[in-house]
Amino acid sequence: MFTFIDTLLIGLTSGAVYSLMAIALVLVWRSTRVVNFAQAGQALLSTYIGYECMGRFHSFWIALALAMILGAGVSALIEMLFMRTLFKRNTGPIAGVAPIIATLGLLGIIRGGIGIFMGGKETIIRPPLSNVGFTISGHTFALSPFKLVILSAVLIMMILLSLIFTKTNIGLALRASAYAPEIARLAGVKVDAIRTLGWAIAGAAGAAAGMLQTPNGTGALSPDSLEFSLLLVFGFIAAVIGGLESLVGAVIGGLLLGLVLAIVLMYVNATLLFMTAFVLLIVVLLVRPQGIMGKKAGRRA
Amino acid sequence: MHKLIHSNIGRLLFFGALGCLLFLAGNRVDELRVYQGATLAMFVVAISSIILLTGYSGQVSLGHGALLAIGGYSAVLARNYWSLPIWLCFAVAVLATAAAGSVLGTAAARLSGPYLAGTTLALAVGLPSIANQFSFLGGEQGLLFDVGAPPASLGADFSPYKWYFWIASSAALIALWWLQNILRSRYGRTWRAVRGNEVAAELAGIHVGKAKTLAFTLSAGLAGLAGALLAMTIGTVSPSAFPLTLSFSLLTGAVLSGVTTLPGVMIGAVTLVATPEIANAISHRLGDSGAVTSNLPGLLVSALLILVVMLVPNGPVEQLRSIRTRRSVSTSR
Amino acid sequence: MTLIVSELCVDHGAIRAVDHVSLRIEQGQLAAVIGANGAGKTTLLRALSGLTPARSGSATWKGHDLLHSKPEKLVRFGVSHVSEGKSVIPELSVEENLNLGALWRRNAKESEQTRNKIFETFPRLEERAGQLADTLSGGERQMLAIGRALMAKPELLLLDEPSLGLAPLVIAQIFQSIRDLTTQMGLTVVLVEQNALGALEIADVGIVLNLGRIAATDRAQSLIENPQVRAAYLGY
Repeated sequence: MFTFIDTLLIGLTSGAVYSLMAIALVLVWRSTRVVNFAQAGQALLSTYIGYECMGRFHSFWIALALAMILGAGVSALIEMLFMRTLFKRNTGPIAGVAPIIATLGLLGIIRGGIGIFMGGKETIIRPPLSNVGFTISGHTFALSPFKLVILSAVLIMMILLSLIFTKTNIGLALRASAYAPEIARLAGVKVDAIRTLGWAIAGAAGAAAGMLQTPNGTGALSPDSLEFSLLLVFGFIAAVIGGLESLVGAVIGGLLLGLVLAIVLMYVNATLLFMTAFVLLIVVLLVRPQGIMGKKAGRRA
Repeated sequence: MHKLIHSNIGRLLFFGALGCLLFLAGNRVDELRVYQGATLAMFVVAISSIILLTGYSGQVSLGHGALLAIGGYSAVLARNYWSLPIWLCFAVAVLATAAAGSVLGTAAARLSGPYLAGTTLALAVGLPSIANQFSFLGGEQGLLFDVGAPPASLGADFSPYKWYFWIASSAALIALWWLQNILRSRYGRTWRAVRGNEVAAELAGIHVGKAKTLAFTLSAGLAGLAGALLAMTIGTVSPSAFPLTLSFSLLTGAVLSGVTTLPGVMIGAVTLVATPEIANAISHRLGDSGAVTSNLPGLLVSALLILVVMLVPNGPVEQLRSIRTRRSVSTSR
Repeated sequence: MTLIVSELCVDHGAIRAVDHVSLRIEQGQLAAVIGANGAGKTTLLRALSGLTPARSGSATWKGHDLLHSKPEKLVRFGVSHVSEGKSVIPELSVEENLNLGALWRRNAKESEQTRNKIFETFPRLEERAGQLADTLSGGERQMLAIGRALMAKPELLLLDEPSLGLAPLVIAQIFQSIRDLTTQMGLTVVLVEQNALGALEIADVGIVLNLGRIAATDRAQSLIENPQVRAAYLGY
């Protein structure tokens, strides 16, 4: 019984990190209709930035904040330097997938670059709070103060972003630019700037995912680490389960994926993790292509 | 000459002549070049597989490495467990991967753009890890692949690398010849129609789902052949032989080739073979640190991918062709 | 405060869609641009609002160069464009669609006043303020599209085929509101229309485009009475 509860708790926290990654993907998708496969690379870069900041300021929280701010900056820069040019030119046989391919190239550049400059060094980020579980009547549960922080960070982020999207003018501009860029421009919305903003927020969310994921695992940071492949693939799968359009969907998708994977990990086998996630992805795409939160319309990009 | 290439027999003759040329070339260069020639032929097959899928039927695959892995493992299993003759092992690889491709393709035909891209990417990340799950796949160390010694009739000084080169380049020539033919057939036209405008193709009576699944299946068959060739050249199959960077490299090769132009395929393949060499030279100058040596090839390939997508999105061949057309139009005015 | 277009050329690939067009529309006038399919009406309008780049020529309004500015900037100069085919965003509510038009002004109070005025003109929009634009009828969408443009308090309104796909009765209503709005708000309007007679009846001046060139320009009433225009464009 305790094992089962622990499995659920572990699933929820790792799921929460996938949710953050999925939120980042959804934000970029909503603002520019691109699935940003470089997101995991950006998260990696931001986490390295956070690591450097920790060495300088000796505070995880300051490092987290700086990683998110600089992660947003990097993301905005990528949008301005690469995506804008690719969107302006929309002819040719691969025009539709050119931005996706470009994000993949960026992922490779970021990973390779970090590998060259930071690859040899040992980089460890320790959790700022205890990651040892609470003990209740003799049993130490898999819920630690740090895991509690992760869970609440994701919830706060989701609520905050949902409010921004539905209640503020910036949110209205973000949605209008995503749905109908030309009409938004005619209405006076500076669509280019708004898109950059969407990428920036996504960059911050991805940075948070990286900064929280690393100390929650082994704490070791490396460009080839499995953790970031996990973020890349599981973030995407979580976003698709949630329908790719909805922030709430991304969070639910992430938590669901985390739970399923934790159960597989505990009761079946660790090597089946990726395949389980893949099968889940295929099933969702074939059975409910609009995602659990998506509307009925078909998935034509 | 032009007319000859465009007729069926002409194409057969053309590829036959190309084969003889390769045979003569193979006898004249050193072992390393011969080995690179075999790798080149493998990349030609793998890239033309992506060209068939993306360039002609309009579907994206970011995870072709996974299909190569299926091909490589099936060839090795056929060799090790059933001791089949080597050419049959390649046939098994093609058929097994095509079968897997038809299953995937059925799902893929219902997905568009980003969904298919993400799904194939997830497969490329996840599939190789299956090898750790089942003991007969050899786990992390993988399985050895021995294609056997070259036939004695070829002479005593006929090296194994030359034998690899022979097998790989004949496979590549056959694959290219077959692909040329199918692209000029009814199926080729169907795929182009689907890529151009799905709705219009559907209205013209084309079964879009079937056409896409067929393209995926055939493309997977080619990828399986490439996977078996790759396993042959490196002598083993293991999860680390099919990393994510392999998928990226193949994509880069395809984009460089100009995804819609089969003739450009050599550009992509040569680039992919040359990249590690260039990376080696650079990292040697930088002092051979482990971090540089292991990361530079991937970095170069990715940088190339971005540059091509940004600067010559249709590939250099197509770019040149359109410049030439523009010139001839303006001079004829 | 006059819209002055001179020698404007716009290319559509290899085709010249607008060919040396020169025209002058005085402030407060409603100008109807009519012509057959492919005459270059929509391209002309898109060039004026900065959506399609022009090849050569010039277009100025209130001293602003219209051809070399982005549409989002022109809105700030008082130029609003309602593009072809009910330019509303179906995923947003009616109220959000309207608010979108005044976002750049960053003045909530003024926006609300403008919105209330628009609700007076189009009471149907007020009834449906909370609904998604997706649920509106064709005529209501067109009202919403015009309303959204008015939220920017424009002085020059570019309307592209507001009658497209609407029932005759609804067309008459929309045309009447366009006429009323022009007079009440002192707007300068360029109305591109396939429905030539309806457009000319409410317009002050008419411009006939044929294959990218101006075929005729006159007072709207004179065009209606012109036998050649009648035969070619009015169908009687």
